[in-house]
Amino acid sequence: MMKTFKPAVAAAAVSLAMLSQAAVSAEQFFPIPSFRVGPYGANGQSFYGGFIDYLNYVNMKEKGVNGVQMAYEECETEYNTAKGIECYERLKGKAADSAGPIHVMSTGISYALVDKSAQDKLPLTMMGYGRTDAVDGSVFPYAFPLVTTYQMQASAIIKFLRDKNAGSLEGKKIVYLYHDSAYGKEAIVALQAEASLNKFNLVLIPVAHPGNEQGAQWLKIRQEKPDFVVFWGWGVMNQTALKAAQKVGFPRDKMIGSWWTGSEEDVIPAGDAAKGYMAATWNVSGKKVPVIADIEKVVYGAGKGNLQDKDKIGTILYNRGVSAAVVSVEAIRKAQEKFGKGKPMNGTQVAWGLEHLDMTEARIKALGATDLLPEIKTSCSNHEGSGKVKIQQWDGAKWVPVTGWIEGNKALIHPLFQASAKQYAKEKGITPRDCSKEK
Amino acid sequence: MNFFLEVLVGGLLSGVMYALVALGFVMIYKASGVFNFAQGAMVYLAALSVVGIMEWGAPLWLAVVLAFSIMTAFGIATEKFVLRKLVNQPPIALFMATIGLAFFIEGLAPMIFGSEPRALDLGIVDEPIPWILDNWNMVISKFDLVAAGVGAVLVATLALFFQFTRVGRALRAVADDHQAALSIGIPLQNIWAIVWGVAGFVALVAGMMWGARNGVQFALTFTALKALPVLILGGFTSVPGAIVGGLIIGASEKLAEIYIPPVMEGMFGGNFGGIEGWFPYVLALLFLLVRPEGLFGEKHIDRV
Repeated sequence: MMKTFKPAVAAAAVSLAMLSQAAVSAEQFFPIPSFRVGPYGANGQSFYGGFIDYLNYVNMKEKGVNGVQMAYEECETEYNTAKGIECYERLKGKAADSAGPIHVMSTGISYALVDKSAQDKLPLTMMGYGRTDAVDGSVFPYAFPLVTTYQMQASAIIKFLRDKNAGSLEGKKIVYLYHDSAYGKEAIVALQAEASLNKFNLVLIPVAHPGNEQGAQWLKIRQEKPDFVVFWGWGVMNQTALKAAQKVGFPRDKMIGSWWTGSEEDVIPAGDAAKGYMAATWNVSGKKVPVIADIEKVVYGAGKGNLQDKDKIGTILYNRGVSAAVVSVEAIRKAQEKFGKGKPMNGTQVAWGLEHLDMTEARIKALGATDLLPEIKTSCSNHEGSGKVKIQQWDGAKWVPVTGWIEGNKALIHPLFQASAKQYAKEKGITPRDCSKEK
Repeated sequence: MNFFLEVLVGGLLSGVMYALVALGFVMIYKASGVFNFAQGAMVYLAALSVVGIMEWGAPLWLAVVLAFSIMTAFGIATEKFVLRKLVNQPPIALFMATIGLAFFIEGLAPMIFGSEPRALDLGIVDEPIPWILDNWNMVISKFDLVAAGVGAVLVATLALFFQFTRVGRALRAVADDHQAALSIGIPLQNIWAIVWGVAGFVALVAGMMWGARNGVQFALTFTALKALPVLILGGFTSVPGAIVGGLIIGASEKLAEIYIPPVMEGMFGGNFGGIEGWFPYVLALLFLLVRPEGLFGEKHIDRV
């Protein structure tokens, strides 16, 4: 009995597998090295929750991109560079024929993957972090520091402060309080260039990782009596700085942070000490953004939301995850227009899509993503595509945008990227592409 | 001079916060000869329990009582399921077990109470005392003074407990030699459960003070990094040593952060700030060369 039963079951299983294979529509695979546990797990949960919710939203609302369903696999990095590389190696095999942009949300991991992803021809996106000289796509064809970079952000913050001071910062003193790591140091070159252009005095004060003790730094700030503190923190360093500023009596509305210091996770633990504090951002918070409201209705309404804690919907980092997914899906759409609608795109084709983004205000509005992104137009020589930020202020309960889009000084900052990229190409023996011949 | 004093006092007060964490290490080491790698994770678990229970609707006092119960239960469970099997094993086996324990807590605690950073309001404002600011132009925070008071009371209580109670003496006997303590009828398992419970209490106090200061979040586990040089200086077995070590580390790292970088920059150029992460370790290493057992640690003598 068993002898006849076994082959029958096997045959049925094979038939079912073949049927289901045929029934499965084409899929665009997203390798997602994410982090949801560890020191920065709370940040990762919001960001990747938003990212994945948008992929599912596209599948549910639009039946994918021209019928191609968005698929993904996550791998936990714990924000650890070694684990990030391990995850990349594990996932890249599945991304050989179809690869969505890879978002690692870590400067350390992205630095480690810049060369590897170029060799594997997989697009590495670094929205608001990572190797910023990759703006020069002639040297970095597969790396995309999209939307805006640390340097352009720093430049935009200086522009904001200058406008606040009747158009001049001459003779003013600005302290740059930063995480003593690659992330914190990236903006120094831009701030030094701005200091010499705008004739203000720049004081650099580093904070050792993890930054949970800043007594000496804030006593030094008290002694320096700066007009403003520009602040580049991460994780516990952010709340500690806000509390320490309160302790020495430095006004929080004269502290302006980077976009990694401007989420709800950064200010709520600091309580009243955070009230009035400002930070840069490229996406607003809240559920008023049409696509965020629709994700809640469509995806969570169907019980398919990625977040366990629904309260995170509409937070800065959740909305940022959605904004990253919007850009990624748009790149796939763009690639399909050139290489074939309704087909999964490989890494090279998606990189082409990322390099030919043209997200106008009208297009962003059509996607329901107004205020989630500035206008983006990328090219071979400009993998950043925008360089604009907004400044937002914490009112004790929520982030409130206090400016429109502010663009950093491109003429001052972009040559810094090009010089650095040229040096990199020389060190690595890379022959840069001729961008004038790229279409 | 005024600025120097401000940095010095600020450093001493920060040192008390380090000592609060170091005390937990001392408790376990004193009673079992084990360096408890999980102490930082216990600080995190304790603080997270308080805010987690408060989110379920409990008032602060009840949350603290329940968090203490959790820490005590955790201590008893650690003895029963981890340490009991390792009696008379080499210290490295016990140390490795505490590493495993640390990862276990770091995974379990956020799974139960959530991982998002949260505020813990103890009702003590972290602002300068106006009278001192007006008369001395020095920033001394109310919160830091309260933390110093809490540290002093904790040290006094623990020192008296170890010195003058039966349990305290039994703890010291167990620390000296497990087998000898067992042979004279000291119940090793009970003693270990008690000491892990007390270490849990110390973690709760440290977690609440650090959590109120910087928010309750995973980074509380990093507080252990600040405690290590304190222990090397103060000695792994001395309760007062943890406080004195904390004061020395706190004051020296703050003074170093302020005064060394300008000298180095004058000599070599560049930027030498951000040294307080590693400076205490260098100080502790130098100290090890002169006095390996720490300021108040027991001198180890082997008779051959």
